[in-house]
Amino acid sequence: MDIFDILMTASFWTAAIRIASPLIFATLGELICERAGVLNLGIEGIMVAGAFAGWMAVYSGLGLWPGVLVAFLVGMGFGLIHSVLTVPFGLSQHVIGLGVTLLATSSTYYAYRLALPEVTSPPSIMPFQPLKIPFLSDIPLVGPALFAQTPLTYLAFIMVAVVAIILYRTPLGLAVRASGENPAAVAAQGLSVTAIRMGAVMIGSGLMAVGGAFLTLSAFNSFFFEMVNGRGWICIALVVFGAWKPGKALLGAILFAAFDAAQIRIQQTPIGADIPYQVFLMLPYFLSILALVVMSRRAEVPAALMVPFNKGER
Amino acid sequence: MPDDTEAQVVLRLDRITKTFGALTANDSVSLTLQKGEVIALLGENGAGKTTLMNILFGQYTADSGRVEVMGAALPPGNPRAALEAGVGMVHQHFTLAENMTVLENVTLGTHSLCALGLDRAAAHARLAQLAGDFGLSVDPDARVGALTVGERQRVEILKALYRDARILILDEPTAVLTPQETTDLFDTLRKAVALGLSIIFISHKLHEVMTISDRVVILRHGKVVHEGATSGTDRRDLADRMVGGRVTVPKAAPGIPGAPLLSLRDVSTPDRGNAPGLKALNLTLSAGQITGLAGVSGNGQAALADLVGGMIRPAVGALALNDAEVLHWTPRAAIHAGIARIPEDRHKTGTIADFDLSENAILETYRDAPFSRHGWMNWRAARDFAARIITSYDVRCPGPATRIRLLSGGNMQKLILGRVMEGAPQIILANQPVRGLDIGAVNYVHSQLLAARDRGAAVLLISEDLDEIMALSDVIHVISEGRLSPPFARGTMSPADLGVWMTGEGYDEGAAHAS
Repeated sequence: MDIFDILMTASFWTAAIRIASPLIFATLGELICERAGVLNLGIEGIMVAGAFAGWMAVYSGLGLWPGVLVAFLVGMGFGLIHSVLTVPFGLSQHVIGLGVTLLATSSTYYAYRLALPEVTSPPSIMPFQPLKIPFLSDIPLVGPALFAQTPLTYLAFIMVAVVAIILYRTPLGLAVRASGENPAAVAAQGLSVTAIRMGAVMIGSGLMAVGGAFLTLSAFNSFFFEMVNGRGWICIALVVFGAWKPGKALLGAILFAAFDAAQIRIQQTPIGADIPYQVFLMLPYFLSILALVVMSRRAEVPAALMVPFNKGER
Repeated sequence: MPDDTEAQVVLRLDRITKTFGALTANDSVSLTLQKGEVIALLGENGAGKTTLMNILFGQYTADSGRVEVMGAALPPGNPRAALEAGVGMVHQHFTLAENMTVLENVTLGTHSLCALGLDRAAAHARLAQLAGDFGLSVDPDARVGALTVGERQRVEILKALYRDARILILDEPTAVLTPQETTDLFDTLRKAVALGLSIIFISHKLHEVMTISDRVVILRHGKVVHEGATSGTDRRDLADRMVGGRVTVPKAAPGIPGAPLLSLRDVSTPDRGNAPGLKALNLTLSAGQITGLAGVSGNGQAALADLVGGMIRPAVGALALNDAEVLHWTPRAAIHAGIARIPEDRHKTGTIADFDLSENAILETYRDAPFSRHGWMNWRAARDFAARIITSYDVRCPGPATRIRLLSGGNMQKLILGRVMEGAPQIILANQPVRGLDIGAVNYVHSQLLAARDRGAAVLLISEDLDEIMALSDVIHVISEGRLSPPFARGTMSPADLGVWMTGEGYDEGAAHAS
């Protein structure tokens, strides 16, 4: 079986879309924050917190969708902490972001130990099941990949469209983008940059947490330490790869996921047997860096990204 | 002309007082603006003009006093209320998002944030209507970053008009415009007045104030010191009232040109993003002469300044000192060749904000005796040097150990000037040397440049202010798109003549493409 054969299997594409789903949520979340002018390095920790909160909510007896909502709200909570410190107080977005990641990660592990002090292996829940869309899922290759996924994956794709429409077709989106380009222009129009930026960071953080919850509520059925495993950092790169545009970010997420799905399969081929498996693990990251270099050269960074705004300052 | 009836008053500022700590920025300032009237607000830097306008626009809250628009009191500290009452402000530094389109910039904040969509067609139509009415042509779908400064200003004005502004406040609107663009702006303002708008025009340029305004209000130290019809006054009178005494304009007697000290021969440099590089440029700086470089900003001045200052080398062509070509051209080589630099941005490249005055005074010479010997700093020498500059150049500060961040722009510039002059330089690169300074400081800097010229230094004066160029220069060049005009002798060109060159007309196309 060579690489071309792998690309022609439905299971490969199904896996790629599944792997892409949490990245899509979190990348959208980061994209919203950055479009408003705030770099949110809390993403990795917020995804951990979202994964745990969603799973814990379902484990304690809530439904799956309420579990997603709980994850979203927990994400917003960390977004509130982040944005209070970075927007009105204007503190370093790097330091606060990393601080939020550490805080969210460690408080999640702490909460896990508080909630389940006795267990050695985490209990499992009944996760989202694939929902086949009639007729569409019967299309060869594309059908199973796109139309036999779990509802949370469908939500991820819907969110791409929702975020794109809000950003480009509504006054709210205009204000968010302007806050990331020139906050003084926003303030001069009588709008509150603080409110817009804080709102964007909170909503964005909520989406990041839903991305984390995808791992425990859809991809797997349980919560493990280290399960987010750097996905948050990948999403930061995907935002750049997507040139801060939701549609291109979606493509980037699928591309990265396809590399990831491919490397597992190539490991099992005769070629793969001769090469240390770490090379394959590295492959998606290596190819992502290459793609990033090629794709992001002409990207326009939001001009006021990471620039705090103080109303009274001249 | 405005009518004197009470019903015509559109704006009333009543005894506005605002203090920042010990500083009284506005001291019981009262002002009325009538329908269809243009008021010019004059004053030195720090006289309180911008503070007053920021209070009117709700960006600051006054300590006492009230603002009335169309007879209704304006709630303090609320820009949204000011906008809704019909006050539009065109800031000195544009508040535009460069990566967004003109239409997006104009419609920003004009709809409720909860609205579900944007009616682009209606917005387009309204923008086209306003552009026609006021003579403000600009492509609504163009990215603001791709527009010229003049076009961006039109977008700023359109932003205010789109919101039905009845009162326009323009903060130094002509500072960045060519003479032709200024004329266009004045046409727009006249149309606006004819349509019943009222205008507050903040400017330093007295001839513009005389041209456009009906009434002049002068602020000094936060107080109104003069208010009266423009027709009853003249430029000299206004200047006197502004500074509170006679204005001593430096006597720019012609210099006596000496030997060429630095020459650029067919020099080209690469473009930098939107800013053009130099295109086959020839320039000679001679001893005892001030060479003025006029032009709209972003036409290659930065490249030329960097070249003369040693920051970049010619990509094509040669740089010669005293007629000998220099091959290894670095900032250090420039300093050793006796080139002293007054940089364009004193905060960014002239000083280090958190270093003290003595450290800043020796930034260019710290490696040389007496400031360091055998690799060890001699701080006593640095302090003495800074103290000497502070005394001789009247730098107002607590002492050499003050962090330079705490100094006002004028005092910072005096320190830089001292640093430059104390080295008795052969060549002085003065890039926007008086930007943001008040008239007193401006005259001081100018007289120092003239004194340096008279003792035999070559001065390259880069400025966007034509008046400054024409008052000081012995020879004037105009730069446009990286091309240099031929040298014009003092007094041979009118501002309008130079303005033609500034817009890019008149250059030898062959020379432009030779690179």
